Amino acid sequence: MTAPLEAVEPAASQAAGPAEDHRPARHGILRYALSKAGGALFSIAMVIIGTFFLFRLLPGDPVRALAQGRNMTPEQLDMERRRLGLDEPLINQFLNFLGDTLRFDLGMSYEYKRPVLDLIGDRIGATLLLAGVGLAVAVSLGIWQGMRAGWRHGSRFDRFSTGTSLVLWSVPTFWLGLLLLLVFGAYLKIFPSRGIQSVDAPDGFGYVLDVAHHMVLPVITLVGVVYAQYLLVMRSSLLDEVGQDYITTARAKGLRDDDVRRRHAVPNALLPTVTLVFMRVGFVVGGAVTVETIFSWPGLGQLFYEAVRVPDFTLMQGTFMLITVAVIIMNTLADVIYHILDPRVRSA
Amino acid sequence: MSVASARRRQSLTRFWKDFSRQRAGVVGLVILVVAALLAVVAPLFIDQSVTGVVNAPGKPMQPPSLEFPFGTDESGRSILLMVWWGSRTSLLIGFLAALVSMLIGTVLGIAAGHFRGWVSAVILRVTDWFLVLPSLVTALVLAAIMGGSTFTIIMAIGVTTWPTTARLIRAQTLAVEARPYIERSKALGAGHWHVTTRHVLPNVAPLLLASTTLEVASAIVTESTLAFLGVSANKTSWGTMLRGSYDWGAATAGAWWYILIPGLCIVAVVMAFTLCGRALEAVLNPRLRKAGA
Repeated sequence: MTAPLEAVEPAASQAAGPAEDHRPARHGILRYALSKAGGALFSIAMVIIGTFFLFRLLPGDPVRALAQGRNMTPEQLDMERRRLGLDEPLINQFLNFLGDTLRFDLGMSYEYKRPVLDLIGDRIGATLLLAGVGLAVAVSLGIWQGMRAGWRHGSRFDRFSTGTSLVLWSVPTFWLGLLLLLVFGAYLKIFPSRGIQSVDAPDGFGYVLDVAHHMVLPVITLVGVVYAQYLLVMRSSLLDEVGQDYITTARAKGLRDDDVRRRHAVPNALLPTVTLVFMRVGFVVGGAVTVETIFSWPGLGQLFYEAVRVPDFTLMQGTFMLITVAVIIMNTLADVIYHILDPRVRSA
Repeated sequence: MSVASARRRQSLTRFWKDFSRQRAGVVGLVILVVAALLAVVAPLFIDQSVTGVVNAPGKPMQPPSLEFPFGTDESGRSILLMVWWGSRTSLLIGFLAALVSMLIGTVLGIAAGHFRGWVSAVILRVTDWFLVLPSLVTALVLAAIMGGSTFTIIMAIGVTTWPTTARLIRAQTLAVEARPYIERSKALGAGHWHVTTRHVLPNVAPLLLASTTLEVASAIVTESTLAFLGVSANKTSWGTMLRGSYDWGAATAGAWWYILIPGLCIVAVVMAFTLCGRALEAVLNPRLRKAGA
């Protein structure tokens, strides 16, 4: 899937971002982290407030949407409004919403008749498993391939890698998933194409194998789509390092080519890629929603998708807030980690 | 002819010479022109009726044949004609969404770069906030709440993707405004409006063109994803066709033509935009030209 242009050069955008705006020179790491955390808290507050108004003020009455396809009299609709507190003044509704959200009470799902938080709790494990394994594979594969491509700039391997990632970049996540479904669902039936486990899943180690077996196709899809950007960024930041003086010095000292790469160039080039992993977490989340939908993976993404489809506004609102807040926290961590790892920014 | 227009024509010629040296970019441009022409002339040959389920010409799920070069779908409609007609929606949404995103991004980016103090601080804060929102998830929520009309989808994509443009334009604006001739212009009495529209905008325009080209590519992908996830109203596009193929189990039934054809259209057009955008970047950005990327 196509990522924004900026993904290609995170080093530049990074350097232009926090370093310039907050002048970290006068602060220590801790002060910097605290100010970032403050910014994150502000963003989270904006998300909560924004969510409330988005779900209240936009056209579409939640009760009417709920009544869609159901036979409900006007009296029943009124009762439903009262039950949900929709007859109160907006400011009261807002304060109630705020209080509930801060107490982690995300309301009841219309569709499941269960607290949203419980539903999220049931599903979050599957998503963490899928996204975690997918990210780990994508990052290691992307870094490895980007490293080789960048070091032998212009070689056949480099051209092949750049070409593949350009194609993968243009492929929508869901289409890659559909292709895998086609190949493995219709012809080569070696991997299951739905769900997280078999109906007759064994216990113990057999269960782990069964889940792993079910994970193959979703993980390939997720990796196929997100790893291209890690590859491209790793490649371009290694290219930036190759021309540097210290690489020439290392070579002049008589170090083997491998050592120059492993001990000098790569550690410096890794930085933008590592940050990108955190910065692009929102992109991975979008990918996870699609992948989980296609392969019926019982995770948070599928839950969110179902909420959008029904539409179940309480559930949608709860999952949306949770996903967004998680992404904000990851981004803030990325900022702080980058700051700790990169001495250039620290002492700038 | 004034000096300025002669100079402009000259730099345009030079730009075209540089661009035509980027082979991949030219290939992309050719694909784009062909795709856009096909979409524009479609109403001369076919109309809305190719997407109608009643009186569909063929039997359901027929593999490609002479009569239906790309096979038929679950109601017996010709995939070829559907893809052709659907290209109009896909391309239109892609272009307009990118336009919306570019407009918001340019206005806020120039404002954030031009003005100092609290205006810039507030815009930056808002931009950063939008930047961290997971864009697909947010677009899904917006489309689900506002109903999936073409207009809604365009707005949902535009509203969630402008921050990268805004950041890019702001950085460029800062660079432009640091030049001495801006100071000269201000000394001669130029106001905010004059400086931003007469000096800053023409200078950021080339960069804007490259970034918009890439933005169209990503908007087309997002549109197809939103349509696939079912928040788009039932207007035929490549995304809704793929949704249909998923709903009717085309994958497990082995109806490869139903999945392959609309998907390949998306990939071809998106790749063409990406190649064009990268070529433009390479021409416009000397740093990239040197690296040969």
